[in-house]
Amino acid sequence: MTQEFEFDDEIVELRSMVREFCAEFSPEALVREHMESELGYDPALWRRLGTDIGVLGLAVPEAYDGDGVGLVAQAVVVDELGAALVCGPVLGTLALAMPTLVALADEDAKRELLPSLCSGEHVATLVAPLATGVLDERAVTIEATENDGWRLTGEVAQVPDGAAADTLLVLARTSDGLALFAVAGDADGLTRTALTTLDLTRRQAAVSFAATPAQLLASGTEAVGAVERAALVASVLLAVESVGGAQRMLDVTVAHVSTRKQFGQPVGAFQAVKHRCANLLIAVETARSAAYHGVWALQDGTDDPQLAAGLAKAAASESYQAVSAGAIQLHGGLGFTWEGSPHLYFKRASTNGLTLGTATQHLDRVAALTLDAVSA
Amino acid sequence: MTPSPTTTPDAELVEATARRVVAEHPPTSTPLPELMGAWYDAGLTWVHFPVGLGGLEASRALQPLANRVMREAGGPEPRTVNTIGYGIVAGTIRRYADREFAARRLRPLATGEEKWCQLFSEPGAGSDLAGLATRAVRDGDGWRVNGQKVWNSLAHLSRWAILLARTDPDVPKHKGLTYFVVDMQSPGITVRPLRQITGRAAFNEVFLDDVFIPDSQRFGEVGEGWIVANSTLGDERTSLGDRVAARGSGVIADALALWAAHPERHDPVLRDRLVRLWVRAETQRLTGDRARVAASKGVAGAESAIIKLLNSELAQAVYEFCLELLGPEGTLIDTYSLDAPDDESGPTAIQRKYLRSRATTLEGGTSEIMRNVIGERFLKLPQELRADKGIAWKDIPR
Repeated sequence: MTQEFEFDDEIVELRSMVREFCAEFSPEALVREHMESELGYDPALWRRLGTDIGVLGLAVPEAYDGDGVGLVAQAVVVDELGAALVCGPVLGTLALAMPTLVALADEDAKRELLPSLCSGEHVATLVAPLATGVLDERAVTIEATENDGWRLTGEVAQVPDGAAADTLLVLARTSDGLALFAVAGDADGLTRTALTTLDLTRRQAAVSFAATPAQLLASGTEAVGAVERAALVASVLLAVESVGGAQRMLDVTVAHVSTRKQFGQPVGAFQAVKHRCANLLIAVETARSAAYHGVWALQDGTDDPQLAAGLAKAAASESYQAVSAGAIQLHGGLGFTWEGSPHLYFKRASTNGLTLGTATQHLDRVAALTLDAVSA
Repeated sequence: MTPSPTTTPDAELVEATARRVVAEHPPTSTPLPELMGAWYDAGLTWVHFPVGLGGLEASRALQPLANRVMREAGGPEPRTVNTIGYGIVAGTIRRYADREFAARRLRPLATGEEKWCQLFSEPGAGSDLAGLATRAVRDGDGWRVNGQKVWNSLAHLSRWAILLARTDPDVPKHKGLTYFVVDMQSPGITVRPLRQITGRAAFNEVFLDDVFIPDSQRFGEVGEGWIVANSTLGDERTSLGDRVAARGSGVIADALALWAAHPERHDPVLRDRLVRLWVRAETQRLTGDRARVAASKGVAGAESAIIKLLNSELAQAVYEFCLELLGPEGTLIDTYSLDAPDDESGPTAIQRKYLRSRATTLEGGTSEIMRNVIGERFLKLPQELRADKGIAWKDIPR
């Protein structure tokens, strides 16, 4: 086992393989095509990620057709997908649904659902109140009743990858407490309304269930525990995704200010610009440390998972927002155009900063775990 | 016991050797020079140095292992024995001194019996160090040196100094410098304490009046002083990442302790400020750890320059927070006496650290210079136009 922050040769190769794949098969021109398409991504491209290069099931045990390599490897993939802004159900499927399923005890359900997610043939999402970054049990609004099988009723305003999902994992309230269900994308009484998202590369849908048939996967603490685990995994994966996007924006910005000339010299030679770039690098590097620490902590259990995930998510969100905003500024007028790259990343950064908890919500929890604990 | 020269010392050998030394010379009861002498003789001071010069010809990555054994046995962090000696001088001696000089000077450097200081900065050459004006002129088999140096920590306690002086004013500034080592007991050297913002004098001014330096104490070629100096600045940077700090250690520990001690002063705004400081400290600590791991795999990045910059700015922010937490008490300090004991404990230590922290963004490269370095060296941004480029030093406006 490698120590924290030690990226072994296999991981380094994995990173460059995914980077090359993205450059070839998801260049920015295609990203723009996908983001303006109805579905919001190219299912064939997603399948290729799962099947041709096999990078969607790295944190899934081999028993369910994953690779069982670990979360660090999966994070490096998400980092690169984020750098290229690849359209696809990274959040719903990779970050939320797969870790939820992996955490379940139900072997049959795992064998049924995970292989096709690993191969990229199917996509899934998780419907649970995670807006603050942790599960808010009181905010579960879907009701489950048992009457000729389980049926779900209720509405959820915003579900990541909700329209594309072949399977929706739904946390619902039963008469005995919370339980986790699987709902097929074509189930009766399931209505999905695609929403126009600030970040067009990351889709959401409003979802309503009207006596929709559902399969029970887990109940009580097992269901809650699986969703809580998924929230942690998704937080650190969004954190590394943010680092990937921020690094790309930094690279693009440095290239721009190194060639763009005003007053007879590249603008990057001016200290006002150079120092701002240095600050962006610092924001990327410190966020990278926090994000990968979170990944390693969840993979190896080397730190308090709540603290490590909260730190990762808060640091990476703020970094990505600062770096992408800085990229717009340093690109000058070009940074404000639709044609320029920075707005795509700025929108992803803004969205990541509001998904699975804001930086301040995570900071508040970090404070509770560090400062309040000390004072108590 | 020296290892057979045919085997490459590995981690086990380094650790076993270190354990033997601390067993034979218990750090808690052995006089420091004796302990560090045994450490040097066993090749543990700089494990990557040659055998007989304080090393084992081992991989530099094994140094933290040796230092950990020393630490766990209650011994000092070795570099604290002679900060400049370890951080800057030793590597220069190894690279540029002849074997005889190295053999004579490295052991007392390692034991702290001969402290070293650095005579680089001048009143007119701070950030623009290469513009320095101290002149060294040929005189028989040596050099006569005249000039004024400043910000020399430990100069009043040092036996030796490294010196950068101008030997040719007719060429561009970087090309006319030469690197020397100077015996601080040489006639013509005057060391004066320099009183600073805290009231104390941790630094000195050093005046050089017709100081004679034998040519044998020149390191590198005449005119190549800048290259020699830069090779050692690199050493100083890479020496940063030898140890993983504990969470909550360093300057943030002062803020956390003060926060815990003053629950009556808690409010949500201060709590918000403190958790942001904590996050800064923690991400910086993790970045240091990441740099350490990368360095051990031979992948050097921008991390050490970043860490220097971040730590210095964090220190200021932490003590600004601390002072605000103290409230009216923060307006008091025990003494500004020049003779006050130079320790960082006591009832008004926070106030003193608050004042001291203003230097962190100045010393070892100002934050502005560090951002230039990060921008130009690591992001490869174009250099700013320099008015003195290609001009003979004597013709630069000053």
